[in-house]
Amino acid sequence: MKDAPWIHLDHLDQLWFQVSGTLCNLTCHHCFISCHPKNDNFGFLSLEQVRRRLEESIALGVKEYYFTGGEPFLHREMVDILVETLSYGPATVLTNGTVLKDEWLERLAAAHRDSIYCLEFRVSIDGFTSEMNDPIRGEGTFDRAIGGVLKLVKFGFLPIITAARTWPEEEDAEVIGNFIAMLRSSGYQRPRLKILPTLHIGAEENRTHGYEESERITMAMMNEFDQSQLICHHSRIVTDRGVQVCPILIESPDSVLGATLEESCRPYQLKHGACFTCYQYGSICSNPSSSLWDPADHARMTEP
Amino acid sequence: MIPTYRRIACFGGLYSNYLALEAAVADASQRQVEATFCLGDMGAFGPHPDRVFLQLQEDNIQCIQGNYDHSIGNQLDDCQCGYTDQRDNYFSEISYRYTLENTSAKNRGFLRQLPSEWRVKLGDYRVLLCHGSPRRTNEFLWESTTSSHFLRSMAQQHEADIIVGTHSGIKWHRDLGNDQHFVNVGVLGRPENDGRKNVWYTLLSIDDNGETSVEFVPVNYDHERLAREMRAEQLPEEFVETTLTGWWSTCLEILPGKERVRGKF
Repeated sequence: MKDAPWIHLDHLDQLWFQVSGTLCNLTCHHCFISCHPKNDNFGFLSLEQVRRRLEESIALGVKEYYFTGGEPFLHREMVDILVETLSYGPATVLTNGTVLKDEWLERLAAAHRDSIYCLEFRVSIDGFTSEMNDPIRGEGTFDRAIGGVLKLVKFGFLPIITAARTWPEEEDAEVIGNFIAMLRSSGYQRPRLKILPTLHIGAEENRTHGYEESERITMAMMNEFDQSQLICHHSRIVTDRGVQVCPILIESPDSVLGATLEESCRPYQLKHGACFTCYQYGSICSNPSSSLWDPADHARMTEP
Repeated sequence: MIPTYRRIACFGGLYSNYLALEAAVADASQRQVEATFCLGDMGAFGPHPDRVFLQLQEDNIQCIQGNYDHSIGNQLDDCQCGYTDQRDNYFSEISYRYTLENTSAKNRGFLRQLPSEWRVKLGDYRVLLCHGSPRRTNEFLWESTTSSHFLRSMAQQHEADIIVGTHSGIKWHRDLGNDQHFVNVGVLGRPENDGRKNVWYTLLSIDDNGETSVEFVPVNYDHERLAREMRAEQLPEEFVETTLTGWWSTCLEILPGKERVRGKF
């Protein structure tokens, strides 16, 4: 992939933290980094490690912060981390919703109320029935995740339910309709839903298939393409290995871009199959956002 | 030469609400305003899009090109509003088609030549007037999802002390310290999802001590007449209801949780 295009970081808008490494209480069959209860490929980030990067992010003008894992709420300091982050900027945490405790949510609701910034919860549920969700995420996880959603609603949050598209894309409208109806009948009256494409790496590669060699971004594809649709255009992720290019590619050695945020602000070559999915669907990791095609972007991608 | 003022009025998105524009112009004329600016998005949502232009030109309101104006002016396929949700896009397509069909060639020409930003001074303060953000016309800068250090970096990068924008539809102001401010002036086009029927514009002033102030001004107008005209033009009933109730029922998915939870839907 010598001719794969390079992308320059435009501005570090979103800073992610792989806060609970690859440790998860669930073993989802489509997980793109194969998290499970014994996966220690990536370790936890301590409150002190997170704090150091939050401090560094001020000078770089970071707009918002995201926390993912693994399951972030397996981290004993998670509530403290979120409370502290809300003094720096908006925070979003991606959770499977199965381990949330009332006392944590009570503290987080108070911090959210007292902050000018938003705390968003994204809860993964991969189907509108247990028959659809549980074969992917594990026995009983549908009911437990819905229980988590209702707890969040009770504490005044409007969680964004994220579902990986494990159905044919042409069935989207029907699935979304069923999802919304299920959430309302469960007691979540104002549901928010985000559908994500599956990424054919990690466990998902075994569940379905990997990427074909042809599924790569080429220079020609970047012509008049809105680069802000790619997360690496405006994001980086902190893991226990350093600062990496994006939450999806953390297992690829070439994704480690430096030890500090400053060092990580260098170009990256879009040579992975997952880059192709990000190209196709755009903004897959972010909460809703907007963008315009900037002709100046194109001139800069032929070399680092 | 950058013009210097002591008091200016800033109007956000008009969304074809010519009745609110009339009321805002009348209100601002009573408040010793030296210049009035409109930060773009003249069309969308409301009826009879051509009606706002006469008022803008008669009152010498200095306009910025919003994403909608760029689209209408250049007859593009969509409004570039930046929505990511199917339902939000469905409603934005209806209003875009209607607005494009009902904006004259002369007014499209007016929109096409508008600048993307204005720079003025308020006393010694350098003010940058833009639509969404200084770097991107259709960027949503919500109060709850925009860190102060991000705004300070924008101010530094774009050499401004006060950044003024609109686009998101809900007013807010943040004092960034070091004599820097960000102001979202709100919009005249539709109420701001709080159950009140009025809309808002913003006064920016500097006093004799060189202190700046930001005042959000509520604008009451004949919203029932606007609703009747929207119905007569067969615009979506969801838009009419927002005008009549002050609650948004479309363009909801783009709202952050903190702003969304304050609304009804």
